[in-house]
Amino acid sequence: MSVILDARGLCKTFGAVTAATDVSAAIDKDSIVGLIGTNGAGKTTFINMITGYIKPDRGTIQYQGRDITALAPRDITRLGICRSFQIPQLYPSLTVFENMMVGVGIVLRNAHLAGFFRLREGEVPGYGKPAHEVAEHLLERFGLLDYRDRNAQVLPGGARKLLDIALTMVAKPRVLLLDEPTSGVSAQEKFGIMQMVLDAVRAEGATVLFVEHDMEVVSRFAQRVLAFYDGRIIADAAPQAALADENVRRYVSGNRA
Amino acid sequence: MNQLLSVGVDGIIYSAWLFTAALGLTLIYGVMKIVNVTHGSFYALGAYAGASLTGVWLARGYPPMLSYVVLLVAALAVTLVVAPLIERGILRFMYAKDEVVILLITYALFLVLEDVIKLVWGVNPYFIAEPYALLGSFSVGGLAYPTYNLILVALALVSGLGLAWLLHSTRVGKLLLAVIHDPEVSRAMGINVHRYYLTTFTFGSLLAALAGAFTAPTVSVVPGLGVEIIVLSFAVVVIGGLGSLPGAALGAVIVGLVRSASVHYLPQIELFVIYFVMAMVLAFRPRGLFSLAEPRKI
Amino acid sequence: MKRDRTIPLIGAIVLALLAGGPFLPQWAMFIVTIAFAKGLVALGLMLLLRAGLVSFGQALYYCLGAYAAGALGRFLGIADIFLQMLAGAAVAGFAAFILGFLLAKYRGIFFGLLSLALSMILYGLLVKNEALGSTDGFNILPSTLFGIRPGPEWVRYAVLASAAVASFLLALIVHRYLVTPLGRLAPAIKDNEIRVEYMGASARHAVHVAYVIAAVLAGVGGALAATTVGHIDPDMAYWTTSGEFIFITILAGTGSVVAPFAGALIYGVIHTTAYDLSPNTWQLSLGTALLLIIVFLPEGLWSVVTRMSRRVRHS
Repeated sequence: MSVILDARGLCKTFGAVTAATDVSAAIDKDSIVGLIGTNGAGKTTFINMITGYIKPDRGTIQYQGRDITALAPRDITRLGICRSFQIPQLYPSLTVFENMMVGVGIVLRNAHLAGFFRLREGEVPGYGKPAHEVAEHLLERFGLLDYRDRNAQVLPGGARKLLDIALTMVAKPRVLLLDEPTSGVSAQEKFGIMQMVLDAVRAEGATVLFVEHDMEVVSRFAQRVLAFYDGRIIADAAPQAALADENVRRYVSGNRA
Repeated sequence: MNQLLSVGVDGIIYSAWLFTAALGLTLIYGVMKIVNVTHGSFYALGAYAGASLTGVWLARGYPPMLSYVVLLVAALAVTLVVAPLIERGILRFMYAKDEVVILLITYALFLVLEDVIKLVWGVNPYFIAEPYALLGSFSVGGLAYPTYNLILVALALVSGLGLAWLLHSTRVGKLLLAVIHDPEVSRAMGINVHRYYLTTFTFGSLLAALAGAFTAPTVSVVPGLGVEIIVLSFAVVVIGGLGSLPGAALGAVIVGLVRSASVHYLPQIELFVIYFVMAMVLAFRPRGLFSLAEPRKI
Repeated sequence: MKRDRTIPLIGAIVLALLAGGPFLPQWAMFIVTIAFAKGLVALGLMLLLRAGLVSFGQALYYCLGAYAAGALGRFLGIADIFLQMLAGAAVAGFAAFILGFLLAKYRGIFFGLLSLALSMILYGLLVKNEALGSTDGFNILPSTLFGIRPGPEWVRYAVLASAAVASFLLALIVHRYLVTPLGRLAPAIKDNEIRVEYMGASARHAVHVAYVIAAVLAGVGGALAATTVGHIDPDMAYWTTSGEFIFITILAGTGSVVAPFAGALIYGVIHTTAYDLSPNTWQLSLGTALLLIIVFLPEGLWSVVTRMSRRVRHS
């Protein structure tokens, strides 16, 4: 399998807090990787570094063989790495449909500069359909069509998560980073959401990294697990092995059984 | 050498005036996080109240040496009437709004007060030269300066040091410092932040009124007096850092000396240079030269 | 999908003005023309407001446009109305292109204060500039239109007609711009700029474009105002002028490209009548009106129109 994303020796401190020490991981193309660890272990910092929101003090990040360590979030997104957020980042004063249209519009623009000024609804590259149809299609795929004309602000928790992830998927990313995709969602809905997301992803073919606190979700969906603690990766293995690991039990999952 | 000296002296006097005028603005921003356009109104109110009250005082034949006290009392009186009215009557209901919206609200109040002043005091100029002329002049390096200017300098020192002492050595002051640093955390620790808003707003406005009152003897008090002071105070406060006391001092000194230098050497750029410095500071250090530490908001 | 009636609406208004213009009294033509001029500035402010930005210094471009128009006459002897507007647009647009590299990085109060500082810099420069008349400014040559010099009774109408046509075209362009992908980014930037960046767009770039468009609009407005009044002076760059434009924008609301013009007209009428009635209380009325609108009608007067039309449609 080829490596699509390669993080090597990432180190990051914020004043007295060390968020990452020598974090390295080579992610294979089309794999599904679960990131686990307690709060403050460095999972979100890892994602922030990959997506360019934070620059590591040391270390490099390679994407398809290209060094992306110093790039800004918008450039990394345009290269094909997209992320969703722990707390859904939506446009609260716009309707769900309008939220999607912003995303579709950006895809149009990134295809070519003139796309920004398109007066007629042309075809969106990668979809072969006009913008509003693409938006509706994505809303349908994520079960949000009923909320189409509601303001994003008034959506229930699960729907907010789904919209956040839907927005992340508009650009058809090759690498998808999901930050706690099932947090704030009821126990019954968790599996459903993960399944929906992974089905959508598998249709396009993408590599997925997801941060997750629920070990059942992890063991069910991940092919590989990276366990974080205190800024380091303490385990890197298949879910069964990782969850059985002594250190992971001590520092992450907590069961001594 | 003489020219340099006169640039320096002029600069310091102008800086002192600017400092007193701008101090209240930065205090109010620091504590309440609002850019207060009525600042200019209080400056004008202080000037008008000071001029008219002193005029009456002198006309009645009371000792002219006490006219300085009259100016002080006038500024105090007018602030104690108007400031609580504004804060309790209008601003109190607006604190939840966006900072730009609150600025626009204070701008609206400024417009209203401009005409209120005209209605109360009329449109004819007030001119009270006595407190100014009374003190004569002193000479520095062969040039004569009106001694009255020393009062402006004294006022600046008293206001600045007084406020600094109040903030660092009294209980109320220390609570205010906490609020300046972070209102939310202060609230979480039990400080009744809103109660201090009234005190702060009144005190900040008082400083503006004092600056206006003590400037009155040196100018002809006319409508529109507050208009220029607003944007000058903005410049001073932005350069020093919104909410910073030492910043206001530094900003005043910089603006004062820069203006003084340009008046002496290159009068064409006199007005332009002040706002140029303001723009430069905003361009390179938007939070000012003495900015408060801002926590990361990720 | 509700049918967009904006274009036919402004088209109808413009046609009505062109047809009925000659029958209006001179003072009415003056007020309407100035309303177009200031409405253009407010239209630009509306664009910025949609992105969550308030410029406290739009008078910078208004003044640049006015002085560009004036300079055409003073130094080149040209007084053609459309060339004046073009000059205003070009000078303002160029200045905004340069300054935008700096300003597009700022948000909130700092954007406001920096724009204020820049406008006061222009004021300071103009006030001391002898060649341009210092505080007195200078007069504009009587206008010509496509080479023809209209007779004294027709000049006002010529300017009014030019203003109406120019405003129509510019409003049309802005209206279309608002539904393009770049135009749609503005409310997204206002709501969640981080999200915009993470979706692969540059918020700075979008703000820069909006800023330049707003400046061009203000430049044209300034040129028109200069021609209508016949005189320009540095006060056009003073912060109180910027305050006027902000007032109009808030009064009007951001609901439609028509709103800024309606707001400017209402402002002009109120200003003239209030000032005539009692020159010492018109600022009081203005301030009170602004306060009431901010508190009770934050979406501006146009929101009343939208609400009423919605009610009519549903009944």
